[in-house]
Amino acid sequence: MSNHSAKEEAYWKANLRLITGSLIIWALVSYGAAILFRPLLAGISIGGTDLGFWFASQGSILTFIALIFFYSWRMNKLDKTLGLDEE
Amino acid sequence: MSQFAINLLFVGGSFALYIAIAIWARAGSTKEFYVAGGGVHPVMNGMATAADWMSAASFISMAGLISVAGYANSAYLMGWTGGYVLLAMLLAPYLRKFGKYTVPDFIGDRFYSSGARLVAVACLIIASVTYVIGQMTGAGVAFSRFLEVESGTGLIIAGVVVFFYAVLGGMKGITYTQVAQYVVLIIAYTIPAVFISLQLTGNPIPPLGLLSEHTESGVPLLQKLDQVVRELGFQDYTADVPNKLNMVLFTLSLMIGTAGLPHVIIRFFTVPKVSDARWSAGWALVFIALLYLTAPAVASMARLNLLTTIYPDGPTADAIRYEDRPDWIKNWEQTGLIQYQDKNGDGRIQLYNDGNDAKGQAFAATAAERGWAGNEMIVNNDILVLANPEIANLPSWVVGLIAAGGLAAALSTAAGLLLAISSAISHDLIKGSINPKISEKGELLAARISMAVAIVVATWLGMNPPGFAAQVVALAFGIAAASIFPALMMGIFSKRVNNKGAVAGMLAGLVSTCTYIFMYLGWFFIPGTASFANTPENWLLGISPLSFGAIGAMINFLVAFAVSYATEEPPKEIQELVESVRYPTGAGQAVNH
Repeated sequence: MSNHSAKEEAYWKANLRLITGSLIIWALVSYGAAILFRPLLAGISIGGTDLGFWFASQGSILTFIALIFFYSWRMNKLDKTLGLDEE
Repeated sequence: MSQFAINLLFVGGSFALYIAIAIWARAGSTKEFYVAGGGVHPVMNGMATAADWMSAASFISMAGLISVAGYANSAYLMGWTGGYVLLAMLLAPYLRKFGKYTVPDFIGDRFYSSGARLVAVACLIIASVTYVIGQMTGAGVAFSRFLEVESGTGLIIAGVVVFFYAVLGGMKGITYTQVAQYVVLIIAYTIPAVFISLQLTGNPIPPLGLLSEHTESGVPLLQKLDQVVRELGFQDYTADVPNKLNMVLFTLSLMIGTAGLPHVIIRFFTVPKVSDARWSAGWALVFIALLYLTAPAVASMARLNLLTTIYPDGPTADAIRYEDRPDWIKNWEQTGLIQYQDKNGDGRIQLYNDGNDAKGQAFAATAAERGWAGNEMIVNNDILVLANPEIANLPSWVVGLIAAGGLAAALSTAAGLLLAISSAISHDLIKGSINPKISEKGELLAARISMAVAIVVATWLGMNPPGFAAQVVALAFGIAAASIFPALMMGIFSKRVNNKGAVAGMLAGLVSTCTYIFMYLGWFFIPGTASFANTPENWLLGISPLSFGAIGAMINFLVAFAVSYATEEPPKEIQELVESVRYPTGAGQAVNH
C-alpha cells in the first residue's frame, strides 16, 4: 500500500473538491440563509413567515438530505470508474 | 377503559415487542455484542441509526423548547440534522474502511499511542454519561406521567427499566429492536401531529400545516401565533435573535457534536461496505427528518393550543377558571411538572410573561391594568409533546401511543449510549490497556457492570438535571464536538498530526469546554456548585455554555496543529494507514495493513 498511484491521488483530490463544494452549500443554507442573512431575506414571504424562518425550520434539513445523497451517488460512481471500490 | 389502562397497554405492548426481538437476536459473541456481525442493510441501518439518534431530547423535549422560544431554538433542528452531512463526508466512509469496533480503537491506532486511546475513552465516557442524564430526565417525565407518579419516582423507574433493557442484549439485539423502536416512535410522533394539523389548518401534512392558514381566524398560522403570544407579553414566535454569534456557535456545536458522538459513529461500522456507510448516513437523515420536519409544526401548534385552552375567548378576554381546567392539567399537576398558584385570587389561570426581559417589563403595566399579579401557571417544557394530544382533545389511544413513543425514543438512545460506554470501558480500557488477556466472558461481564454503574450515576444526576432534557443533551454534544470530532477528522484528513498533537488537542478541547460548562451549570453537574449564575450577562461574549463546544473544537484543532508541527512527523506506517483509510479498496481487511 505504500506507493499510492496517481489514480488514488486524483481520487482523493476529487473527493476533497466534492466535500468542499457540498460544505459551502451546507453552510450557506444553515448559517447563511437561516441565521446570518435572515434579515436580508425578510422581504421574501412564504406561508405566513419569511424565507429565513423557513430555512431554519425546514429548508436546511431538506438541503442536507439532498447533499448527502448527491455526495454518496457521486463518490460511489467515482469508486467504480477508478476501480477503487471494494469488489 | 381508563386512560391509565390504555397507557399501560401501549407501553407494555411495545416493550414486550422489543424484549422479544432482543431475546430472539441475542448477542452470542463479543463481536456481535458490539457491531451486529457487520451485515446490516443500509436502509435498516439508517432506521436503527435514526432510533438510536432520536432520543428523549428529540422526541420529548425539543419541540417543547422550540415552542417556548420559537425561531431562536430552531438551532436544534438544523444542528441535529446538519451533523449528518459532516458524518457522511468527513468520517463515516473512512472509519468503515478502517474496520475496527470502536472510536478509541481508531484514535489509538492512528495516533499510535495508548495515551491517545485513554484520552479518547475519557472524552467518550464524559460525553456519553452527560447524554444519558438527558435521556433519564426525559424518560423520567414520560414514566411519571403514564404511571401517574411524582417525577422523581418516574426517574427511578426509568433507571430500573433501562438497566434491564440495555444489559439484556448487545448491538445485534439492539439493531433489530431499534428498527422496531423507530417505527413505534415515528408513528407516535406523527399521528397526533396529523390530527392537530387537520384541526387547526385543515392540512393533514404537519410541515405544510405550519405554513398554512389557521382555519378559525383565516390568518396564516404563524402570524396568528405571533399575535396571541404578543398579547400576553411574550416575544414573537418568529422574532429574529439579537445574538447571531451565539446562535451560529450553538448550531455548529450541535452539528460537530453529532458527528463526534460515539454511539452514532459506531453505527457505521455495522454496514458491509464503504459505499453503504455513505448511503446509511443519507437514509438515517431521511428517517430523522420525518420527525424533525414535524417538530416545528408540533411546537407552534402546541403553543397555540395551550394558550387557546387557557384563554378560550382570546388572550385579551378572561382566562379559564381553575376549577374548569381540563383533565390534562390535573394529570400533569400530579407529576409536579405543572404548577399553579392563584396569585391575584380570582380563581382563574393567568399565563403570561412576567419575566425580567424587555418584553416582560414592557408588559407589566398592561398586566397590572388587567388585575394580574404575576404568571400563575408554570408548565415544564419537557411535557409539551407528551401532553400535546391531550391538549388537542385527541382520543385516548393517541395519548397511549405517544407515551409508548417517548419511552421508545429514550430507551433506544440510552441503550445505544450505554453500549458505547460499556465497550469503551471493557474493550478499550480493560482489554486495550489494563488486562489484554481478559477472556470473552470477562469482557462481557465488565461491559455489563460498567453499564450498571453508568445508569446509577446518570439517574442520580438526573434527579436535579442541569437543564431540560434537550439542553442536557446539547451539553453532551458540545463535549463530543470539542474532543472527539476534531481528533477523528484530523486523523483522516491530515498525515502530519501526530500522537502528541492529538492528545494535546483533545485535552485542550475537553478541558476548556467542560470548564466553561461547569462554571455555569455546576461542577460535574452537582447542584449548587456553579461559580456564576447561568444568565446571558455572565457569559463570555454572550456565548452560552450550550454553544461553547464549537469554540472547544477550534481550540482542539489549533492546539493539535501547533503541537504537531513543533514535533516530529508521524512514522511512515501511520502515514500509510492514513492513505489506506482514504480509499475504499480492500475494506474487508483494513486492519491488516
